[in-house]
Amino acid sequence: MGDAEIKASSWRLVEVGRIVLIHGGDAAGKLATIVEIIDHKRALIDGPATDTKIAVPRQSIALAQLILTPLVLEKLPRGARTGVVKAQWEKAGIEAKWQESAWAKKRSQKEKRRALTDFERFKVMRLKKQAGFQVKTSLAKLKAAAK
Amino acid sequence: MEPGYCRLTEYQVIGRHLPSEANPAPKLYRMRIFAPNTVVAKSRFWYFLMKLRKVKKANGEIVSLNVIHEKRPMKVKNFGIWIRYDSRSGTHNMYKEYREMSRTDAVEALYQDMAARHRSRFRSVHILKVVELEKTDDVKRPYIKQLLTKDLKFPLPHRVSKASGTKIFVGKRPSTFY
Repeated sequence: MGDAEIKASSWRLVEVGRIVLIHGGDAAGKLATIVEIIDHKRALIDGPATDTKIAVPRQSIALAQLILTPLVLEKLPRGARTGVVKAQWEKAGIEAKWQESAWAKKRSQKEKRRALTDFERFKVMRLKKQAGFQVKTSLAKLKAAAK
Repeated sequence: MEPGYCRLTEYQVIGRHLPSEANPAPKLYRMRIFAPNTVVAKSRFWYFLMKLRKVKKANGEIVSLNVIHEKRPMKVKNFGIWIRYDSRSGTHNMYKEYREMSRTDAVEALYQDMAARHRSRFRSVHILKVVELEKTDDVKRPYIKQLLTKDLKFPLPHRVSKASGTKIFVGKRPSTFY
């Protein structure tokens, strides 16, 4: 028998303190944390962000409307009230961490691109082409120099 | 249940027999009734009072009717509900537990659950008692007990995103893992 190395999958878990992104319903696009698990399909969430664009009031929500992020508030007690959640949220710097993440950047970029006019989209295309050309030429130069 | 929306409301209905010369101050009867509106609440009050006492709508009056609001609607609670249920073949008493944010949510979930499991209708379920279970030891049913374990956590192992179902053909297989 060969020795099989069995590794547990590193799932993101539904747990108290997990930061979630809401992607369905009225509060789509907001960031919140799980305060308590109600049952296998619902959780109580609270989003005390200072940025009103991603803040969301405390409410129960279906897990189907949430996307779990890799961020977690480690020491959040179960069923904590908004004051405690806000304090831990700020202490952990969740908003800054979220804004820095590639995921959030991509989202804001997408949002921005969606609001562009046809001419602005054309400009984006031209700029992308120019940037690609620069990369290609400098790479070719380096290759030629290495030979 | 959709957040912020509940079909039912809890009403406090107080009523009595009409005062007569023989009894100028009849006894007041109070009920907490779950109903979609005040009309149904009053109707249910008379329905139950007629079963319990010799008072009916024709010889009685409603003294007061008001809504009972949830004291802490942002707290998750466990509720035990005792019901009397008229099935197609007989009457049964039942005890069920629900984990919800409010009493009305729990009763709403109960009616949905009874409709799903027993094909019951609103008229065939009498709610006898709704109690908040404050101690976890008071929780009897395994389906609620399993949610009260310490440090509860679980993955969402297979998630099919709704956006991936909108197109018939896509270049990439959808990722269901995360």
